[in-house]
Amino acid sequence: MTISKTLLLVIVLAPLFGAVLAGLFGRQIGRVGAHTVTIGGVALSCALSFVVLYQLVWGGAATFNENVYTWFEIGRYSAHVGFLIDKLTAMMMVVVTFVSLLVHLYTIGYMHEDDGYQRFFSYISLFTFSMLMLVMGNNFLQLFFGWEAVGLVSYLLIGFWFKRPTAIFANMKAFLVNRVGDFGFLLGIAGVLLWFGGSLDYATVFAYAQDPSNEMGARTVELIAGHPWHVATIVGICLFIGAMGKSAQVPLHIWLPDSMEGPTPISALIHAATMVTAGIFMVARMSPIFELSDTALSFILIIGATGALFTGLIGVVQNDIKRVVAYSTLSQLGYMTVALGASAYAAGVFHLMTHAFFKALLFLGAGSVIIAMHHEQDMRHMGGLRKYMPITWITMWIGSLALAGAPGFAGFFSKDAIIEAVGESHRFGSGYAYACVLIGVFVTALYTFRSLYMTFHGKERFVVDAHDAHGHGHDDAHHDDHGHHEPGHLAHAPHESPWVVTVPLMLLAIPSIVIGFLTIGPMLFGSYFDGVIFVREANDVLGELGRNFHGAGGMILHGLQTAPFWLALAGFAVATYIWLFNPSIAAWFAKTFRPLQTLLMNKYYADDVSQAVFSKGGIALGRGLWKAGDVAVIDGAIVNGSAGLVARLAGAVRRLQSGYLYHYAFAMILGLILLLGGLWWGVTRMAA
Amino acid sequence: MTFELVCFYVFAAVAAAAALAVISVRNPVVAALSLVLTFFSMACVWLLADAEFLAVALVLVYVGAVMVLFLFVVMMLDIELVPLRETASRFLPIGVAVAAVMLVEMLMLIGVRSLKVEPIADPAATAGLSNIEWLARSLFTDYLLPFEVAALILTVGLIAAVPLTLRHRVGVKKQNPSRQVQVRREDRLRIIKMAAETKQGESP
Amino acid sequence: MITLAHVLTLGAVLFCIAVAGIFINRKNVIVLLMCIELMLLAVNTNFVAFSRFLGDPAGQVFVFFILTVAAAEAAIGLAILVVLFRNRATIDVTDIDRLKG
Repeated sequence: MTISKTLLLVIVLAPLFGAVLAGLFGRQIGRVGAHTVTIGGVALSCALSFVVLYQLVWGGAATFNENVYTWFEIGRYSAHVGFLIDKLTAMMMVVVTFVSLLVHLYTIGYMHEDDGYQRFFSYISLFTFSMLMLVMGNNFLQLFFGWEAVGLVSYLLIGFWFKRPTAIFANMKAFLVNRVGDFGFLLGIAGVLLWFGGSLDYATVFAYAQDPSNEMGARTVELIAGHPWHVATIVGICLFIGAMGKSAQVPLHIWLPDSMEGPTPISALIHAATMVTAGIFMVARMSPIFELSDTALSFILIIGATGALFTGLIGVVQNDIKRVVAYSTLSQLGYMTVALGASAYAAGVFHLMTHAFFKALLFLGAGSVIIAMHHEQDMRHMGGLRKYMPITWITMWIGSLALAGAPGFAGFFSKDAIIEAVGESHRFGSGYAYACVLIGVFVTALYTFRSLYMTFHGKERFVVDAHDAHGHGHDDAHHDDHGHHEPGHLAHAPHESPWVVTVPLMLLAIPSIVIGFLTIGPMLFGSYFDGVIFVREANDVLGELGRNFHGAGGMILHGLQTAPFWLALAGFAVATYIWLFNPSIAAWFAKTFRPLQTLLMNKYYADDVSQAVFSKGGIALGRGLWKAGDVAVIDGAIVNGSAGLVARLAGAVRRLQSGYLYHYAFAMILGLILLLGGLWWGVTRMAA
Repeated sequence: MTFELVCFYVFAAVAAAAALAVISVRNPVVAALSLVLTFFSMACVWLLADAEFLAVALVLVYVGAVMVLFLFVVMMLDIELVPLRETASRFLPIGVAVAAVMLVEMLMLIGVRSLKVEPIADPAATAGLSNIEWLARSLFTDYLLPFEVAALILTVGLIAAVPLTLRHRVGVKKQNPSRQVQVRREDRLRIIKMAAETKQGESP
Repeated sequence: MITLAHVLTLGAVLFCIAVAGIFINRKNVIVLLMCIELMLLAVNTNFVAFSRFLGDPAGQVFVFFILTVAAAEAAIGLAILVVLFRNRATIDVTDIDRLKG
């Protein structure tokens, strides 16, 4: 049984078709037409992705690796569009299309009063297409194409409300920060082309990397004379810098919280579930390369661990419901990266999958709350919402439990596996990483339940304006000034969101509960990733763990006795006590540890530092180069300078040009005299 | 001292004296006439040097054509002579000094080089040819292309001199025969139809 | 017997007279042109002399071309002079300094 090429082409092109139709002919086909065509495309894509997954896992289909189109050929090298469909790809395809489909549905409810309805649908369909190109590609060039395409769509969607200055700032920031990462990524790809067999096809490159006769692990290059560096380390770190940009790793994480300026469905789809995990996917895909370099993996491990703990801490002090989830995403991406750094690629990808479901759930739930609160995002003006919107409340609880790692929920398995794997690892930095991820568990529980309590429990901290509460007579007048409303004042009471919003929540809640339980066996300790992810014998921490693995149920029981569970429980307890029963403690804590509070509120000044150093520095550098380089050197010295020099020289020489004929004649005759004298002198010397 | 040498000295003296007159006389007409004399004397010297053709050409071209042109221009232009000579004396010493230095230098060079050259028989006569034939053989074989180019230069000079001095006077009435012969009936004659002369109130 | 030195000396004398003439008559363009003709004559004389005493026709051919160019030059120079006088009503070289830098 083989996977049909047509099937794959349909999966990729169906969302593109929808995007083009909704984007270019949005006005003609109208709102209903736009969402019908895009949802139809993505639904088709999703269904076929499930078919592909089925064929691979149960149908026994072989890995599909074929070029479908040759873009160009230059000498030995040729660029293709091709598909590599193995189990990793199939899993990503299912996750991407499934979450994307639910987000499409959800968008109908979330964006129903927005003017850019068709445009929005076009963008998210285009995103789905780009992401599929990214994950399905069989070569680095296509990966890079997908990489840039999702970056572009992300840019467009963060700035979807392009009339807001903050949104424009945020999308520019995301774009620029990603540029930094992409530069590294491009260098990494160039390194691959240069050193790994002169090809960009995954199969060729990985075979070359794994071939012992090539000794890629020991090969060095002297970029600076006298300092040999391992090729694999250079390539690995460069590629990972790309992942740092896309997957928002410290210190390139600063764009992700700002990206919350975009509409919430986007935050769920792009900035939580799929696009930001592209970096994780990429590193897992490149495992044959990364396995060659312990240095690169240590680098990944430390970066990931730093992100996992410290961005989570910021989440504890945030008041914007979306930003809490955003920082939680940063922290979880850190966890995935830690897993990659510990050579537990499967665990990273596994967490990627579970995270996609429960984080999308949390974001969409937050969006549902935002709808109910009329685009009020500050949690200090929420509270007690559970009785107004029970479905959102319950699904958010499920998502939060999954995120915090409650035993049995999806996040528990993936996060526990990562922590255990780091504990098993002996790589440089693994001690630090282990500490970070352990404390991170506590922090995760803390901010997760804090936001849950602040939103759904406790006293209602909003006021429903009386004159509007009794009826919908003034409805229209207040639709326009959503968000401009006085904080904490609502035009009418919050209510449960429509079915297009709650159905995706419920559909996401199911995998958030069960996906970990069902898949941890085959994915982490079974043979699911055989032949896809390559781990060296010495690094095989998951294999080590697998010896103690006795089924998912056993893992739950075992989990109850380990530190992560108790830490999570402690976080839960602390959060419950502080924000449910005794909110004054939070204020007291904030006052007592003011420097810490300030540090966290300012996000470790990462934004300010990057603003001051890179933005201002960039501007200063640009201005300096403009003033010194362009104006002074090029304009002043070279262009005007040469002209000025000629003018000055001419000004001096023009005095010689008297215009009188006899002056010229005199000069000629003088020259003649000198010539004759010289000639005579030469002749007499020759004669002598 | 042979007769030939005596003749040479005479011609050389006349040429030098006439040249001095050219640069020193006030009247340009006299200067031009002195120049004619110089050229003529030098043509004689060339004859002594067995360059018969060039000597004759010099007389024809310069004495006959160029000098006449000079005289023509000098006489045609109404030049005030007095201010032109005003500062002559100021530059006389330096002019003489420069000329003297040059002369000394040249003579020294001539002294060094020419003594080594023995006078030989007339090469044309040695070859059994007249001077003209001797020159022409060279001119029309080895130097044919430069000869043609020289002809072209003369033509260009001839044509260039014409537009330089050409002047369009305004307000001069003149005929244009080309346009006159091209004239057609329609340009000159207009036939119109009109009613015959009628009395008042009586319409045709 | 006329030697090469005789003729060359005569050429040198003529040339130096012409040079002196340029200095002395530095106002009258016509005399300047005449001096240039004198210089050319001196040079031509040298050519003739060398041609004769070295037995090479190239010297005389060269004189032939110099005569050609000199005639053309005289014609053009005088034409310019006529135009100049027509426009400026003077041939004083000291007045002709429009090309002063």
